[in-house]
Amino acid sequence: METTLREVIKQITFKHLKKFKGQVFGQNLTGVGWVAGTLPKLYEKDGVIELPMADVANGGMVTGAALVGRRPFYIIRYQGYNWLNCIFIVNYACKSKEIWNKPAPMFIRGLSSEGGLGPVSTSSHISIFYKMPGIKIYSPMTKKEYTNTYRKFMNSDDVFYVSEHRKSYENKIEFKNSIKKNLDIILMPISVTRFEAEKAKNYLNKNGYKVGIIHLYELKPFILKKKWISIIKSSKYGVLMTDNDYVDGIIRTLAHKINEQTNKKVYVLGLKDKSAGYTLETSNFPPSALEIINKIKQIKVKKRL
Amino acid sequence: MSYKNYRLKTFEKASLCRNFENEVFKRVNEKIINFPVYLSAGQEYVPSSIAQIVKDKKQKPLIFGQHRGHSIYLSFGGNIVELIDELLGKKTGCTGGMGGSLSINSNKINMFGHEGLMGSNACMGVGACFSSAKPTIVFLGDASVEEDYVLASLSWAAKKELPILFVVEDNNYAVLTEKKDRRDWKAKDVAKAFKLESYDIDDQPKNIFSVLKKNLFKKPIFINVNTKRLFWHSGAGVDEEVKGDRLTLEKKFLGKKAEKIHSNIKKKIENLWKQRLEK
Repeated sequence: METTLREVIKQITFKHLKKFKGQVFGQNLTGVGWVAGTLPKLYEKDGVIELPMADVANGGMVTGAALVGRRPFYIIRYQGYNWLNCIFIVNYACKSKEIWNKPAPMFIRGLSSEGGLGPVSTSSHISIFYKMPGIKIYSPMTKKEYTNTYRKFMNSDDVFYVSEHRKSYENKIEFKNSIKKNLDIILMPISVTRFEAEKAKNYLNKNGYKVGIIHLYELKPFILKKKWISIIKSSKYGVLMTDNDYVDGIIRTLAHKINEQTNKKVYVLGLKDKSAGYTLETSNFPPSALEIINKIKQIKVKKRL
Repeated sequence: MSYKNYRLKTFEKASLCRNFENEVFKRVNEKIINFPVYLSAGQEYVPSSIAQIVKDKKQKPLIFGQHRGHSIYLSFGGNIVELIDELLGKKTGCTGGMGGSLSINSNKINMFGHEGLMGSNACMGVGACFSSAKPTIVFLGDASVEEDYVLASLSWAAKKELPILFVVEDNNYAVLTEKKDRRDWKAKDVAKAFKLESYDIDDQPKNIFSVLKKNLFKKPIFINVNTKRLFWHSGAGVDEEVKGDRLTLEKKFLGKKAEKIHSNIKKKIENLWKQRLEK
């Protein structure tokens, strides 16, 4: 049976603890499903550390562990808790190498949901850190991407924020970019919206559109490859980016960077600028395949006018 | 080491800190230093006493200070010239000219720089102590001990029985707001509630010596040390003359020997500043 992303995360964590004597910190780790089944069933003696329910302090304590070279994993169960947990990480751990020549490498696993969990826990919350220096941000959705992200971390002395999605844990497939010259539009989806963007692309291509896709998971530093630039420049309508964070977050910043380098329009679809409730009617969901399809149709119509 | 010798050695450290801060005071007024400085004159007996005990015990702890860190740095053996250079914004400074007065750091003495969020060092100190099992000292002020995350850190240090010392340099003020206007509890009582061995003492070296001589780094200890800052919270200024300055009292008690030490250190510091300014 093919393994899932969940299994790969578990294996990486096990190796990190046993081979590299790392540590894993977080709240409610050793219960409630062992972090959605991504954590091996280990305890404090093995390096799995249950932290108190003191979110702000905990981020500082993990920074301390990183400063003394334990390369900790820090699990934040809901990315909404970033608001409390990452204060000292972004203001100290991320700056420590540059200011004091004391790196504080850590691997933050921030778990995101995909709507329906109310005002804070519903979605991704990584845009708040995007502007901060010294942080690297990834959002791997596949096994290869996750393994590659971890490998980069082990070859680095930086703070890595890894934006995970519960929906991706069952994933077994790898995504491939689909790009060629003279497309109508190129999708550049981020995180969990990549699954819906794939569906939208397939539908549109079967219905007379020429849609390409570039999957983004290395978000900061963000490098727009030369090949991508030339493909985007040759497209009719430019780019549509999608994300599970607020629409005025990372995607606006990245859209601007892409626009600067290609001189093409870059459209964005993310979470709407509204607070989220708990139901289908009131929550704030990431863009669906249908919304992506409709957006592209709308762009095409507007351009014709 | 006898207590008498300890007291003299502590005086030497405190004198170094005081003379250093007096020179910084001058340079700020001369506008040679133009960024915010946090002078610790008047409070130097706290780090000096602790540093001397640590030295006698042949320990080299991890040190997590805050913004008012010159005396901590100097007491624990930080390089004086590098601190002068840091305050002059030179690349040869202890933090490569990036740290100013607030964010000083020294790899040599295991001192971690501070970023400016008051009390964050308590969390980091606890985490570093837990993960390294190395003896650790966290210096706080009476204001930062009010931060909720500091209290959470005390609690976890107690729970994990870490070899850590929390020191509150309590001068009664948060900038200019007195403790009585901010809270109705004593830091020592809160620490005790977390099951930390805790004390509330003044900055006489014998008091610090007596509470630390037995259990330092054998278990988590919390000491709130009442002290008096001579200068402004930030910058170089004096609001009113402080009565009961510990260094003056100790110098008087220790007599001519201390007078001589103080005067020699003063000359040495003045010369070092002069040399670095000429460079």
